[in-house]
Amino acid sequence: MKIVIINYGAGNIQSIMFAIERLGFKAVLSNNPEEIQNADKVIFPGVGEASSAMKKLIESGLDSLIPNLKQPVLGICLGMQLMCNSSEEGNTKGLGIFDVDVIKFSNKVKVPQMGWNQIYNLKSDLFKGIPAHEFMYLVHSFYVPDCAESIATTDYEMEYASALKKDNFYGTQFHPEKSGAVGEKILNNFLKINSKD
Amino acid sequence: MLAKRIIPCLDIKNGRTVKGVNFVDLRDAGDPVELAEIYSAEGADELVFLDISATEERRKTLVNMVRSVAEKINIPFTVGGGISSVEDVEILLNNGADKVSINSSAVKNPQLINELAQKFGSQCVVVAIDAKQINGQWIVHLVGGKVPTELNLFDWAVEVAERGAGEILFTSMDNDGTKNGFANEALAKLSELINIPIIASGGAGNVQHFVDTFKEGKADAALAASVFHFKEIEIKTLKEELRKNDIEVRL
Repeated sequence: MKIVIINYGAGNIQSIMFAIERLGFKAVLSNNPEEIQNADKVIFPGVGEASSAMKKLIESGLDSLIPNLKQPVLGICLGMQLMCNSSEEGNTKGLGIFDVDVIKFSNKVKVPQMGWNQIYNLKSDLFKGIPAHEFMYLVHSFYVPDCAESIATTDYEMEYASALKKDNFYGTQFHPEKSGAVGEKILNNFLKINSKD
Repeated sequence: MLAKRIIPCLDIKNGRTVKGVNFVDLRDAGDPVELAEIYSAEGADELVFLDISATEERRKTLVNMVRSVAEKINIPFTVGGGISSVEDVEILLNNGADKVSINSSAVKNPQLINELAQKFGSQCVVVAIDAKQINGQWIVHLVGGKVPTELNLFDWAVEVAERGAGEILFTSMDNDGTKNGFANEALAKLSELINIPIIASGGAGNVQHFVDTFKEGKADAALAASVFHFKEIEIKTLKEELRKNDIEVRL
């Protein structure tokens, strides 16, 4: 299986590489359109600020490539947020895969939300074998409101969407690569989607 | 609800853990990776590695350690100690550290906080503040509490939050090593003043101290070293007790 992690200069990808290795797979880091298109699985990571990350995607032409991918794609953290219509962070347009806008937590809660919180209302094959209310590691100041494409809910200030799915596109607000054994299982579920073994 | 975090802190010298640790089942008590794996299995929510080495090869040794920890560990970890530039941070993050903690370098060059937040995002910038009370005033200290600055703890905390820190690790030098509990009054005041997470550090001696720092001190996370290293408190037992006290934890 060929796993490609999209490389667009957005933050720490070493943890995802290592997590995939722990699951017995190998991933390559790439910004080459052909290599990304030919992968069996694509991971779209991201930490940092939304508008500058989006700028990098546009500069490299990845903004038009990603929404047209046909294989399973997993956006993690900012990666997932960039797959939405827009983000309040730097008032940027997103890739428009998920039909929802990313907004900021209010100052009624500590921002960023940093640490372990529960996921529930779990849907889709991504959460196969995962019971509701497991804790995942999250670090974020902006969030995706509850919406039709939500496949997981988390409660911080209000209930919001902590994972999304549309067709072959998946997104998690939490970091499966940093969320202990359960997180690794979710990552493994993603890698097993459509695969014969 | 977001869980309160329990964070063991490991002191690192030349790529090895220091301070006697009391794990009978440990093959090599000086191996940070092995210790990290044990803490992770016991339910630690995060780990902090504090590098105290002073050799010229320190950076290379630390980077190698970070890489081996990241290869094995599936919970977040922070690296601190002697970090003073954007390049220092970049190499640690690129090798798998999730966050870095800066202390003296932030006091000497506050602009570093802005630069790091801008380049890597606030989520990976922890500012560590060591302070103790002098004539009723909380004064920020450097070099492990030896050198006083002109800075007041609360003013400095507000400033680092404004500059883009994602989290504050506050160690009370008055409480550190006493095992008499955390500096909850100062912690609660910090939580009132600023809206980023606060890690309480210094003073952990028993389970009740953790209950108090989450309830009275309003801390988001609590860090300790010796009570965990010497097995005076086991993380799993601690978390069960916290839950009994209606404190949300990841169990």
